[in-house]
Amino acid sequence: MSAHLRCIDDLGRDGVDAVLKLTDSMVEVGRREIPKVPALRGRTVASLFYEDSTRTRLSFETAAKRLSADTMSFTLASSSVKKGESLRDTVLTIEAMGVDAIVVRHASSGVPWQLARWLEGSGVSVLNAGDGWHEHPTQALLDVYTICGEHKAGSLEGLRIAIVGDVKHSRVARSDVFCFAMLGASVVLVAPPTLLPPAIEGWPCEVAHDLDEVLGDVDVCYLLRMQAERTTEALVPSLREYAAVYGLDRRRAQRLPAGAIVMHPGPMNRGVEIAPEVADLPNAVITRQVANGVAVRMAVLFHLLTGQAHEEVRF
Amino acid sequence: MDVNDVRRAVWRMAHELLEAEKGLDGLVLIGLQTGGVPLAEKLAEALKKIEGTDVPVGSLDVAFYRDDIGLRPVVPEAPSHVPWDLTDKTVVLVDDVLYTGRTVRAALNALADHGRARAVRLAVMVDRGHRELPIRPDVVGKNLPTRADELVDVGPDGVTIGDLVPVGDGEPRRSGPT
Repeated sequence: MSAHLRCIDDLGRDGVDAVLKLTDSMVEVGRREIPKVPALRGRTVASLFYEDSTRTRLSFETAAKRLSADTMSFTLASSSVKKGESLRDTVLTIEAMGVDAIVVRHASSGVPWQLARWLEGSGVSVLNAGDGWHEHPTQALLDVYTICGEHKAGSLEGLRIAIVGDVKHSRVARSDVFCFAMLGASVVLVAPPTLLPPAIEGWPCEVAHDLDEVLGDVDVCYLLRMQAERTTEALVPSLREYAAVYGLDRRRAQRLPAGAIVMHPGPMNRGVEIAPEVADLPNAVITRQVANGVAVRMAVLFHLLTGQAHEEVRF
Repeated sequence: MDVNDVRRAVWRMAHELLEAEKGLDGLVLIGLQTGGVPLAEKLAEALKKIEGTDVPVGSLDVAFYRDDIGLRPVVPEAPSHVPWDLTDKTVVLVDDVLYTGRTVRAALNALADHGRARAVRLAVMVDRGHRELPIRPDVVGKNLPTRADELVDVGPDGVTIGDLVPVGDGEPRRSGPT
């Protein structure tokens, strides 16, 4: 039985807590002059990215290398997919080379589950690095870790978190809502109705349409990227109008309560969802999110590949 | 060993260290998580009383260097705290119980990532035997012959030996990974 991280629910509350605790140790490793430990020596982590990515791919590869795992990297442009190889054949080829984990990003929702089915019995762990509009669990974990590090309480219990923008196309929003709520935060989504997913009823959050009403009373203002590459229909009149109504400009940033932080999963569209100067304010923790990403992914790889997770799924 | 026995042993260990190292110059104490950390602090207190000098105390978690990763759940207890370059320092590794020697082997590898120490010494409160690696302590609180199925615990109340008792689901409790 191999352990996967396809969504936050795969970890559950105990797994999330274990990963966050492990991350503290990984941060310490990252601060050293030689930021590398032999923990995953002899294991191989393959990354399989069917979609563009800078930070997630580099961050996973750095994480694997800092744990002394070997890494294999697959990029669409230089692969046999160009010759017509199917996803299944590509995955089985990689598995045949002897890997312990596959980190996958794909434009279609559900691909990590499909991989897990194909790989059943092989002992290979599947890590979701973003599937379509669905989930991006390591982003949620690094967001949680960043919030815990910024807020004196050191936990999400009782915090109010606004997630603003294109929720509909955002896998980050989906993973964040479930992870934040699981850890005791109250989440409010702020977006025009056209940028909300069609079936939001079961989500553990509130919905608002007016950013200015929400701003005065949040601990975290989490801005989502306007996804020009996914927005196939005209869901907002124009990016300029969107920026005027839902963008975090200087005026709105000043209305945030003292101690509130501004987050963004990157890459940012400065001047759209976030004003250029707001992204550089001291309470914008966007580069800290990236820095924590490596440590969190180290923790996830260590957790999944060394059998901690197996103990939990046994019963 | 009761609390007083442990206190006297710490006092003697501090003196032995001083004598062997001829002073505290360049000396650093590093406790192994978790049992070695309070012992390292006690040793530092004793050294301060004797010499009047503060000795730096760090802590080391060796989880990522263990040789049984994947064989059993290995979870770090706390982040390591070694905020100095150890090059040309004399490092005294401190642990509560020395058993197979595998933790110390992992600690030696971990230390190497923090610089090239001039020398590494090993101080333990209890040496219970059953070594699996060619490792020996330099300073010992007490040599305590044990059976492999016994459990040695160094706590605030002193040193106790117990039997491995089945807990909960019937699996025997592990003796600490020493």
